[in-house]
Amino acid sequence: MLQARYLLVGSSHAALEALAAIRMHDAEGSVLLATRDAAPPYSPTVLPYVVSGKSDAERVRLRGARYFEEQKVALRCGSALASLDTAARVARFADGEQVEYERLLLATGASPAIPPIAGLKQVPYHVLRTLEDALRLRAALGSARKAVVLGAGLVGMHAAENLVNAGAETTVVEMQPQVLPGYFDAQAASLIAQAFGQRGARMLCGQAVISAAPRGQGFALKLTGGERVEGELLLVATGVRPAIDYLAGSGVAAERGILVDRRMRTSVANVWAAGDVAQAASFYRDAPVVNGILPNAVEQGRVAGMDMAADPGARDFRGAVPINTYHFFGRQALSVGVDAIEGGETHVQCDEAAGRYRKIVLKDDRLSGIFSIDAPFDPGIMVELVLRRVDLGPVKQAFLDEPRQSARRLMSQLWR
Amino acid sequence: MAAYETIAFDAAKCTGCGDCMSACAQVKTGSFEHASSRIQILPSANDGFELALCRQCGDPGCVSVCPAAALEKDGTTGVVAWDGTKCVNCLLCTVGCTYAGIAFDARAGHVTKCDLCGGDPACVTACSEGALRHVRSARIYSHYGELEDLFVPGLSGCQGCNTELLIRHVLRAVGPETVVAAPPGCIPGMGTVGYNGKTGTKVPVFHPLLTNTASMLAGVRRTYKRKGRDVTALALAGDGGTADVGFQSLSGAAERGEEILYVCVDNEGYMNTGMQRSGCTPYGAWTSTTPVGERSHGKAQEAKNLPLLMMMHRCAYVATASTAFMEDLYEKLAAAIEAAKHGFAYLHIYSPCTSGWRFPSQANIEVARKAVETGFVALWEYTPASGLRFTRSVDDLRPVDEYLEAVGKYRHLDAAQVAHIQAHLKKDLGLLKELSARGAQADPRALAT
Ligand SMILES: Cc1cc2nc3c(=O)[nH]c(=O)nc-3n(C[C@H](O)[C@H](O)[C@H](O)COP(=O)(O)OP(=O)(O)OC[C@H]3O[C@@H](n4cnc5c(N)ncnc54)[C@H](O)[C@@H]3O)c2cc1C
Repeated sequence: MLQARYLLVGSSHAALEALAAIRMHDAEGSVLLATRDAAPPYSPTVLPYVVSGKSDAERVRLRGARYFEEQKVALRCGSALASLDTAARVARFADGEQVEYERLLLATGASPAIPPIAGLKQVPYHVLRTLEDALRLRAALGSARKAVVLGAGLVGMHAAENLVNAGAETTVVEMQPQVLPGYFDAQAASLIAQAFGQRGARMLCGQAVISAAPRGQGFALKLTGGERVEGELLLVATGVRPAIDYLAGSGVAAERGILVDRRMRTSVANVWAAGDVAQAASFYRDAPVVNGILPNAVEQGRVAGMDMAADPGARDFRGAVPINTYHFFGRQALSVGVDAIEGGETHVQCDEAAGRYRKIVLKDDRLSGIFSIDAPFDPGIMVELVLRRVDLGPVKQAFLDEPRQSARRLMSQLWR
Repeated sequence: MAAYETIAFDAAKCTGCGDCMSACAQVKTGSFEHASSRIQILPSANDGFELALCRQCGDPGCVSVCPAAALEKDGTTGVVAWDGTKCVNCLLCTVGCTYAGIAFDARAGHVTKCDLCGGDPACVTACSEGALRHVRSARIYSHYGELEDLFVPGLSGCQGCNTELLIRHVLRAVGPETVVAAPPGCIPGMGTVGYNGKTGTKVPVFHPLLTNTASMLAGVRRTYKRKGRDVTALALAGDGGTADVGFQSLSGAAERGEEILYVCVDNEGYMNTGMQRSGCTPYGAWTSTTPVGERSHGKAQEAKNLPLLMMMHRCAYVATASTAFMEDLYEKLAAAIEAAKHGFAYLHIYSPCTSGWRFPSQANIEVARKAVETGFVALWEYTPASGLRFTRSVDDLRPVDEYLEAVGKYRHLDAAQVAHIQAHLKKDLGLLKELSARGAQADPRALAT
C-alpha cells in the first residue's frame, strides 16, 4: 500500500492549484497526485481549440514532468479513484492500487451528463470533456457535412463555432429559450445567437429532443416542436454532473456536488473537495452551488490547499460568483456576477447595429453584475469589486459611463 | 528564491503627460496609440493619477487560470511571459488579474502585458518626472543571496533591528578570506562572537576591547600580509566603540594608512547597555543619560560628525550609507573592499535602533529612509583623488519634521529645539556642499570653521 501525507485526486485546475498552495507552506510533506486521465495535466477549457487545431495537443500540458519532480510529487496518470474507506483513510483505485492518506483532496471535476433521450444510446455521438474526446471530435470534423449540437452552454457554443468554421452545416438545439443561459440575459444572448446565425448556423432555442434514431451513416432527431433534424455528427453538450461515482459508502455527503464548507472541507474529517466536483457557498445566495467554471476551480483549489497544509494564512472561500469570458468569431462577451437580483438597479446600453452591449446591475450602489459584448472591461477587477462590496456611490455616474476606466482607478486606489 | 526587478510608481510625481504610454506603444506596436500601451495611467477623481500595470506577481493569478499554458513566470527574470503561439484568446487571464495588468488589445487581436522590455523598460526611460522607477535592487539580493552566508543562523538581535541584515550582507560581499573584529556593542551582543566557546561566524572572529579594535586589526592584517595571504581585516563596530572609546586607535590606524575595512554601525548611542548617550547621539535626542524632564530636554550637545573626521584623515575611502538605500550601500561596500587592499577604508552606516529610538519595530527601514530623504543624514563618498561626492542629491529634501516625528526619542522637542536642529542641519549640509563643489581641491581643514 502506498502512503501519502497529501493525496490529491484529479490533475486539472483545482488539484494543481491546491498542490501549489500546499507547497508554499509545506515543502516536504509527501504528495501523491492521481488522475483518471492517461495524459499529463491539461485543462478541459482548452479542448475546443484542440478540436479546431489552434492548439497543438502536445503543447497544452499545464505542468511538465520537471515541475512534479522539483515539487517532489509522485504522479500517477491513468489511475481512477474507485472507492474510499474514510474510516481507515484508504483510497482504492481502479487499477488495484491502494493509498493510505493523511489528507485527501477530491478534485475530480465533472463529466458530461447524458440526457435521457429515447434511442440516444443507439446513435453514435460525441461529448467533449477529455483530450481523447477532443481528438476524436477533431478527426470527425473533416468528414461531417451536417452537424447537430445539443446544448448551447459553453461547451456546445465553442464546439458549434468549430463546426461552423470547419464548414459543417450546424444546428444548435437548446432547451432554454436562449443561448448561454446563466451567463447572459436574453438580449445579449440574442446578439451572440445572431452572430452564429449570420455564419449559417441554425439556433433552435426553447426546443428539446424527444427521440433519436440511426439514419443511414448518421442520425435523425425528433424535436418537441415537431421538427426532424438529421445529420452525421452529433455532439451532446447538455451539461455536466460531478464525477463522484467513487463516493458510495464513503460517508462523504453530496447533493448536486460534494458538499463543502468555506474551507472546502467535506462532511468527513481529513477530506476536502474543490472545483467542478464541489458544491460550495454562493456569494449571492444562502444555498450552496456548483459553479463549474475555471476561475472558481482555481480559487477553491487554493483555499483547500492552504487549509490542508494548515497554512496560517488560510482563508475562507468568499463565495462563488458566476464569471464568463467568451470569445466567439473574433468578438468578446464578458460576464461577471448575476443580473436577476431583488432590489437591483439595471443600466443597459445597447448599440444593436454595432453589436455592442453593456449591462450593469447595482444593488445599494454595490456592483452585483456586469455583462458586455464588444465593450471591454477587466473581469478580474470587477469580481474584486463585487466580492469586496465596494461602495460605488461616490463614483456612480463615472462608473456607469466608463466602467473599465473607473474600475481600474478604484482598484488602483484600493491597492495603495 | 530569487528576487525580481519591478517598476515602481510614485503617484505624487506623475503629471499625467502620457509619455510613458507613448513610449510603450511605440516600442511594442510602432504606433503612439495610448490604447496599445501596456502601462495605463488614469486620471483620478482627486487630481492625481492611478496606474494599471502588470506587477509581475510572485504567485501570478493570470498563470493559474490560463487553460493553455500560455503564461509562465520566468524563474530567472521574474517576468510573467505570454506565449502567443499557445494563447487561445479565451481571456481567462483577465479574470485572474486584479490590477488590469493583462488586457485585450483590440488592435493586436490578443491580450498584451508588460514584459519589462527585457530589463530596460521604455516607459521608465520616457518618464522625465521620476514618477516611474525601475527598481533593480532585486539584482543585489539575487546575487548576494547566492553567496554563502558567513554568519550562523539564529543571531539574536532585537525585533526589527536592521543590523543582522547589514552584517550578513557585508560579510557575504567581503567573502570568506576575512578576519572579523567585533568590539563590545550590539553586534557581538547579538551573538556574532559566539557563545560557549563557539563562534557566531564561519570566519575567524575576535572580540577586542572597545579601545583597541583598529590597532589589533592592523596587526592581524600585517601578519597575514607578511605570510603572503590577502586577508581582509574587517571591523564591525558600533558608534560608541568607534567615535568615543575606540577613537584613539582608530585615528592612529587611519593616519598610518593601515589596510583595514572599518564598518561603523551608527545607532547613535550605547544601545545594548541601556541606551546611554554617545558622541554620535544627535542634539535633542532622548537617551537614558540625557533624559527628558524639568531641567533636561534631551542631549544638549551636537553629535560628532564622525565620517567627516575620517575624511580629514585622508583615508583611502570614506563613505556614509543607509540600509534604506541598498544599491548605494553595495556600491560603497565594493569600493571600500577595494580600497582596503591598499589603505584605510571607513564605512559609516546609519542604523536606526528599534529598541532605543522608540519607534515601531516594523518601521526601521522607513525611519532610515526618512533620515536620508529629509537630509538629516546625507549619503556621500570620499576618495583623496576625487574628493567628496554626494551619491544622493541633497537639493530636493523633505522637511526634517517628517523624520523627527517618526522617531520617539524626539517626541518632546519644542519649537526652539526643532529650529536649532534645522539651523545646524543647514550649516552641516552647507559644509558638505562646499566640499563637494570643490572636489579634490577642497581642504576640509580650511572649510571646517
Ligand atoms: C469544452 C469546455 C470548455 C470550457 N470553457 C470554459 C471557459 O471558457 N471558461 C471557464 O471558466 N470554464 C470553462 N470550462 C469549464 C472548466 O474547464 C472547468 O470548470 C474546470 O476545468 C474545472 O476544473 P476542475 O479541476 O474542478 O475539474 P476538471 O477540469 O474536470 O478535472 C477533473 C480531473 O479529475 C480527473 N478525474 C475525474 N474522475 C476521476 C477519478 N475517478 N479518479 C481520478 N481522477 C479523476 C480527471 O482526469 C481530471 O484530471 C469549459 C469546459 C469544457 C469541457
